[in-house]
Amino acid sequence: MQYVKLVIAAVFVSNFVLAQFLGLCPFIGVSKKTSSAVGMGIAVIFVMTLASFVTYLVYWKLLYMPLGIGVDARDYLNIVVFIVVIASLVQFVEMVLQKSMPALYRALGIYLPLITTNCAVLGVAQLNISRFGSGGFAAGLLGATLNGFASGLGFTLALLLMSAIRERLDEADVPLPFRGVPIAFVVASALALAFLGFSGMA
Amino acid sequence: MCPVLPVTVAASAGGYTLFGVLVMLVIGAVLGLVLFAASRFFKTDVDERVEKILDVLPNVNCGACGFGGCAAYAEAVVYKGSACSLCAPGGADVECRIAEIMGASVGDREPLVAVVHCGGGTRSAHSAAGYYGIASCRAASVPGLNSPKACVFGCLGMGDCVAACKFDAMVMGDDGLPLVIESNCVACGACVRACPRNIIQLHPLKSFVHVYCINTDKGRDVRKACDIGCIACMKCEKICPVDAIHVINNVAVIDYDKCISCGKCVKECPQGIIVNMRKTRKEIDRLRQPVPGGTS
Repeated sequence: MQYVKLVIAAVFVSNFVLAQFLGLCPFIGVSKKTSSAVGMGIAVIFVMTLASFVTYLVYWKLLYMPLGIGVDARDYLNIVVFIVVIASLVQFVEMVLQKSMPALYRALGIYLPLITTNCAVLGVAQLNISRFGSGGFAAGLLGATLNGFASGLGFTLALLLMSAIRERLDEADVPLPFRGVPIAFVVASALALAFLGFSGMA
Repeated sequence: MCPVLPVTVAASAGGYTLFGVLVMLVIGAVLGLVLFAASRFFKTDVDERVEKILDVLPNVNCGACGFGGCAAYAEAVVYKGSACSLCAPGGADVECRIAEIMGASVGDREPLVAVVHCGGGTRSAHSAAGYYGIASCRAASVPGLNSPKACVFGCLGMGDCVAACKFDAMVMGDDGLPLVIESNCVACGACVRACPRNIIQLHPLKSFVHVYCINTDKGRDVRKACDIGCIACMKCEKICPVDAIHVINNVAVIDYDKCISCGKCVKECPQGIIVNMRKTRKEIDRLRQPVPGGTS
C-alpha cells in the first residue's frame, strides 16, 4: 500500500515538473511534438530509475564507508559524486544499448545523452537520500528506485500533456504576440495550477 | 585561514578537502576505466562510409530522398544499396561524391524545378464561398467543405507549399498564387507533397513553357469558374510543330520530352493559360528581393 501511495505521490502530487518545477528546460524544449515527447519521456524514466538505484547504492555503500579518518563525505560530496556517477552511467548504458539493442538506441536517440545532467535526475537522487534515509537499506533502495521510476513517469505525463496541447495550439488562432513559447508558458502555468489540486492527497 | 575558527574545525576542514579530492580521484579513475573498457568491449562497427556520405550530404533533412533525414539516407545507401542519386538538393555534385565513396558509377541527371500548375489568382479565378477556417490548404481542401474558389482544381492560396519549402524557393504572390524562385529551387518535392490539390509538379529546368491549369472540366464549366482556365479548344495542339502538347481529359498537357519551348502555343492560347517562364522570371526576381533570410 505504501508503494502505491509512493507512486501516486510521485506522479501526481509532487510531480517533478508541475509541482516541484524541476526539469523545466526539456519540458518547454521537447514538448513541441508528441513523438519526441514520448522519446524523451521514456529516456527520462529509464535514466531516473537507474540513477536512483545507483546513487542510493553509492551514497550508502561508497560515501558512507567508515574510512577511519573521522570524516563523513556524504554531506558535502554527494552532488559532485552523483553528477559524475549519473553521467558515466548514462554513457555506459548508451554504449551497451548501441551494441545490444540498436532499435531502442535509435528510438531514444539524442535524448539519452541530453538528460545526463538534467536537474530533475539529480533532484530525484537528492530527494531519495533525504526521504529514504531511515528504515533499513533494502527497503530504502526499493523505495528510492520505485520513486525514481514513478518520478520519470510523472515527468512523461507532464511532457505528454504539454505536447498534446501544444500540437493543438499550432492549429489554433492564437493572437500574434502570444504565438510559440509565450502561449506555452501560459499553458504550463495553467497545468501547474491544475496539478496544485492534487496537493495534500498523498 | 580565518583566525576566528577554532583550531579543530580548521584542521578537519583541511581533512575534508583532502578526502574530497581523494574520493573524486578514485571515483573518476574507476569510472573512467569502466567507460574505457566499455567503449572497447561494446564497440559498434559503424561503417566509415556512412560518416563520409553524411559529410557530403546537405544535412537539411528535407526528406526528398524518401528516408527520414540525411543520416537515414546515408545508412540506406551503405547498408541497403539505395541509389546514390536520390538526394535532390545535392544534385549531380553530391551524387558524384556519394558514388565516389561507394565506388559506383553515375548516370546523367536532368535538373528539375517545381512548377505551379494554376494561374487562377484572385484577379481571374471566381470565388465561391468565404473561408474562415484554419489557414492551411490541407484543412481547406477537406471533402465536404465549400471550396473558397469556384474551381475545385485550383490553388487555394494559403501557402502550404511556401511553408513546406526549406530553401526559400517559394513566395506567395500578391494575387494569392505561389511563385517558384527557380534559382533557389532544388526540386526536393516538398511542395509537391504539401499541395493537397496536386497542382505542383516537377519539370525539367530547361523547359520554359508550362500550362497553368489542371482543370479537367468541360470548357463551359471552366468558364464559369475561372476567366483563364483551359477550355480544351485544341488550338495549342494544332499549332505545335513538334507534337508536344495534347489536350488530354479536357486540359492541355505538355510532353516535356518533346517540347522545345518555342512559345507558339503561348501566343495561340485564347485563355492565356500557357505561360512562357522566360518572361515571368523578371517578375519573380522582383518579388525575390524582400524574402527574409534568403539563401544563395
